[in-house]
Amino acid sequence: MRPLLSVQGVTKHYGAHIGCADVSFDLYPGEVMGIVGESGSGKSTLLNCMAGHLAPDAGQVVFDTRAEGPKHTVTMSEPERRMLSRTDWAFVHQHARDGLRMGVSAGGNVGERLMAVGARHYGNIRDKATDWLERVEIDAARVDDRPTTFSGGMQQRLQIARNLVTGPRLVFMDEPTGGLDVSVQARLLDLLRGLVRDMGLSAIIVTHDLAVVRLLADRLMVMKSGRVVEAGLTDQVLDDPQHAYSQLLVSSVLQV
Amino acid sequence: MIELNDVSKTFTLHNQGSTVIEVISGVSFSVAPGECVALTGASGAGKSTLMRMIYGNYLTQSGSIRIGDVDIVQSEPREVIALRREVLGYVSQFLRVVPRVPTLDVVADPLRALDVSAQEAQARAQSLLTLLNIPERLWSLSPTTFSGGEQQRVNIARGFAHEYPAMLLDEPTASLDATNREVVLSLIEESKARGAAIIGIFHDEGARDRVCDHEIDVSAFTPGMAA
Repeated sequence: MRPLLSVQGVTKHYGAHIGCADVSFDLYPGEVMGIVGESGSGKSTLLNCMAGHLAPDAGQVVFDTRAEGPKHTVTMSEPERRMLSRTDWAFVHQHARDGLRMGVSAGGNVGERLMAVGARHYGNIRDKATDWLERVEIDAARVDDRPTTFSGGMQQRLQIARNLVTGPRLVFMDEPTGGLDVSVQARLLDLLRGLVRDMGLSAIIVTHDLAVVRLLADRLMVMKSGRVVEAGLTDQVLDDPQHAYSQLLVSSVLQV
Repeated sequence: MIELNDVSKTFTLHNQGSTVIEVISGVSFSVAPGECVALTGASGAGKSTLMRMIYGNYLTQSGSIRIGDVDIVQSEPREVIALRREVLGYVSQFLRVVPRVPTLDVVADPLRALDVSAQEAQARAQSLLTLLNIPERLWSLSPTTFSGGEQQRVNIARGFAHEYPAMLLDEPTASLDATNREVVLSLIEESKARGAAIIGIFHDEGARDRVCDHEIDVSAFTPGMAA
């Protein structure tokens, strides 16, 4: 089987400061990988380098595109990368406002992504948007309301609907449950798990919440000071961490 | 089906003065299809550790653990994931689930992961839950609020949903009443009859004598505990 995403030696510096250094891994179709580490460990930098939001200083990212097979995403043209981010990729931001258009209705937010890939029939777009609102458990009656009238959890679910409506194959998530109530988090996790399973999605989830990765991720990478210090099967890394930092991380979680 | 060859493990506690604990060393044994082997030994001898190593949950430092034709010690994460999905089942002592997911889906989940249709998976889940005496009115609720014994039975139902060729059972009869204990023991016997290779930890001696073909005393492999 060919990896869906192959990352080799990705490095990003901010001046003399290391963002992330020499990160390599392969992600296979259907796999969900978690990246954990404390604030400033470079996990978001790495995610942004992979998703094409930041240009890495060194290294390559090869994505197996639906249309043309494996392509280098770092060196491809900007329009090509934009197309990819509307079709094969999705990016779920920590703050829903960064991923939504707050002045446009909920239905419009979902429909916009469909139009970006060529949908033109208003009735079809509206039906599909309504269908997706229901899949993420937002009442279809709210289709014409703006996301500013939604709660934080609803905004996050709307962002997910907007991202998944075009049937992407790889979803990047930056702290998808950050800043949400625990009860809302549980609902979102359950929803994400179902969607990942049903759509056969691959995903890379950056978070500092070890409970989130245990439930969602098959594999785990632990980062510290821009470098990957440990990687492996999620439950193995969490239950039998090998590196001093991973051991500290796991033992620091408060038991409820 | 399951073959361990000169398996050893140490824990290094980096944040507690880099203490190195040798947990287990030089374990070799094998389990044939249709056979059930019990791991015995005092508490702390390393029974659960060994079982977790076989499942790939704990990292093994040396030796090989072959399940079918896969060596779990050398495998990539995705190979272990595929192995756990298709070949190797594990009934742990604790149920760990996504909150909010109904019991019926929790039990049907391993089958859904194998692309069994929703209907068929649910039918299998229903028959197992009925067998294990989980009342139907609880099926649509999340097992997180169930009693200890009920959670364990849900866990067992989930572990037996798919007919794994190799199974690991950690105290499957603990905290069960006589009726349910009997159900679990017959599930184990049925699995053996269809050719599953099973490794179990049973503190319940009656259960052990009934379903296990032989015993392996883990303390013989525990440095500092033998002799």
